[in-house]
Amino acid sequence: MELIWKGFVEAVRLIVTGDPDVLQITWLSLQISGGATLLSLFGGIPAGMALALARFRGRGLCVALVNTGMGLPPVVVGLFVSIFLWRSGPLGFLELLYTPTAIVIAQFVIAAPIVTGLTMAAMQQLNPKLRLQLLALGASRGQLLWLLMREARLPLLAAVMAGFGGVISEVGASMMVGGNIRGQTRVLTTATVLETGKGNFDLAIALGVILLVLAFAVNYLLTWIQQRGRTR
Amino acid sequence: MSAPILEGQGLGVLYAGQTVLDVPHIQVQAGEILALIGPNGAGKSTLLRALGLLEKPTSGVVRFRGNPVAWTGRDLLAIRRRFASVFQDALLCDTTVQANVTLGLKLRGRSSGEAALQVLPWLTRLGIAHLAGREARTLSGGEAQRTSLARAFAIRPDVLLLDEPFGALDPPTRDELLTVLQSLLRQEGTTTVFVTHDRDEALRLGDRIAVMLDGRIHQVGRPSEVFGRPVSEEVARFVGVETILPARVTGEHSGLLTVEVNGTKIEALGDVSVGESVLVCLRPEDLVIRRRDEPATPDSARNHLAGRVQEATPLGAQVRVRIASNPPVVSLVTKQSFHELGLESGSSVIVSFKASAVHLIRR
Repeated sequence: MELIWKGFVEAVRLIVTGDPDVLQITWLSLQISGGATLLSLFGGIPAGMALALARFRGRGLCVALVNTGMGLPPVVVGLFVSIFLWRSGPLGFLELLYTPTAIVIAQFVIAAPIVTGLTMAAMQQLNPKLRLQLLALGASRGQLLWLLMREARLPLLAAVMAGFGGVISEVGASMMVGGNIRGQTRVLTTATVLETGKGNFDLAIALGVILLVLAFAVNYLLTWIQQRGRTR
Repeated sequence: MSAPILEGQGLGVLYAGQTVLDVPHIQVQAGEILALIGPNGAGKSTLLRALGLLEKPTSGVVRFRGNPVAWTGRDLLAIRRRFASVFQDALLCDTTVQANVTLGLKLRGRSSGEAALQVLPWLTRLGIAHLAGREARTLSGGEAQRTSLARAFAIRPDVLLLDEPFGALDPPTRDELLTVLQSLLRQEGTTTVFVTHDRDEALRLGDRIAVMLDGRIHQVGRPSEVFGRPVSEEVARFVGVETILPARVTGEHSGLLTVEVNGTKIEALGDVSVGESVLVCLRPEDLVIRRRDEPATPDSARNHLAGRVQEATPLGAQVRVRIASNPPVVSLVTKQSFHELGLESGSSVIVSFKASAVHLIRR
């Protein structure tokens, strides 16, 4: 018990005094996961809208694939991204393995299906007659899509946060493609694993607390959005 | 009559190989209100979506001001922007009333300031000016539908398309909004196609009424024509004829026809010849009831049937009385006269109606 308490006190000191290692790791994590989430929005939102609104051959299969992708195990993603980026792999010439870019790629692969799937769900929960009404009001194709996105803005925001929540807390892929190199590819999750292994519980707890606070903040916002939607 | 503003020709719609719309021809004159009535699933909304350029029909042509509409690209959008629609659900966007009402104008590229200025009179005329800042999701059904109507009128459309706009409202709200809409349409002279399954709404608003059944238009005409002289048994039933009886024309004397229904002779007017088989149609409100033991007041009714009250169903201000006579008939009397006559099940009565109240459909 004393171990936990001492570790916790030390963790608070590290955070409050702004330990450079802790700050650097936190900032890098935010950059990598934020970047990966942002990229996944550019792919996932259009894809999710297309799956929700368009009718085309093979749509059912795509939906099933996206839904499966939402639960993709990060280690499997890490494995395949590693193979692709390996020096002798198909993308080895890019020399990206063990760089922050490699982590962004892996996290993008994890977040994109989450954003796509939740975007699809967000669009499908809109009243289908709304499309007809907006067209009848004189909306062009582009205006229609924009208005539908605006209508679904809260669940879309939820999709963004779920994507971010999925990658900020992921450890397997980051470890495998980033290599947990100090000062370069060490992020909150991989650092926590390492420090725990070394018995540096105070640092591990500090990193854990920061991760928890981030996860809590994301989930708190998500919950708020969902509850707001329900009391309408 | 001037050239039609909107016209459909050979409109057909198939869903999964099933014909849901088959309308060889329909036209809407500038400034008129055309009511499409019919039971649920008759294809009214499908026809409205085709005419409103919202759903391309499987076959056929829609003409706007005489020009056939191409179903693609900029041209379609440009013509669609001459129309406005209001549906059964208000289908408002999740924003303020003000932003909803200005939406149509903004989609047409007007600036916020200009749009706000243009919608102001509509907010007032629809009685929602005080709600302008309210979030649409907090509105009552009636307020939401007023917003939807304001949004449509604000565009100043050439053609207004209404698809059961009051279908989801409670009767007092519906009545109130119907009055508002009626006066707006009269003042604006907006060409309107109005879909409803409610006969009273069609009668109140329609300059012409088209009766749709099973995807087809069975009859188009002025309300008095459609309600007074339905062309078929199906139309007659839908427009509220409650007594429909097979009969044969047995005689004619100076324009007055005699038809025989189940052995009873009835005098009627009509454009049929002796010997023809017909259906006798009687609207319930055209039948007058008196007690058998009371003396007849002199009137011009040429037909009198004796019978007994079989069943009386209260319908708000009126009572529907089913009378076991030969032939059996259904009459509609006001609640007041029902009680004054002291009618009850089994009462002996005489039912009278004029020869001109009898509508004959050739079989």
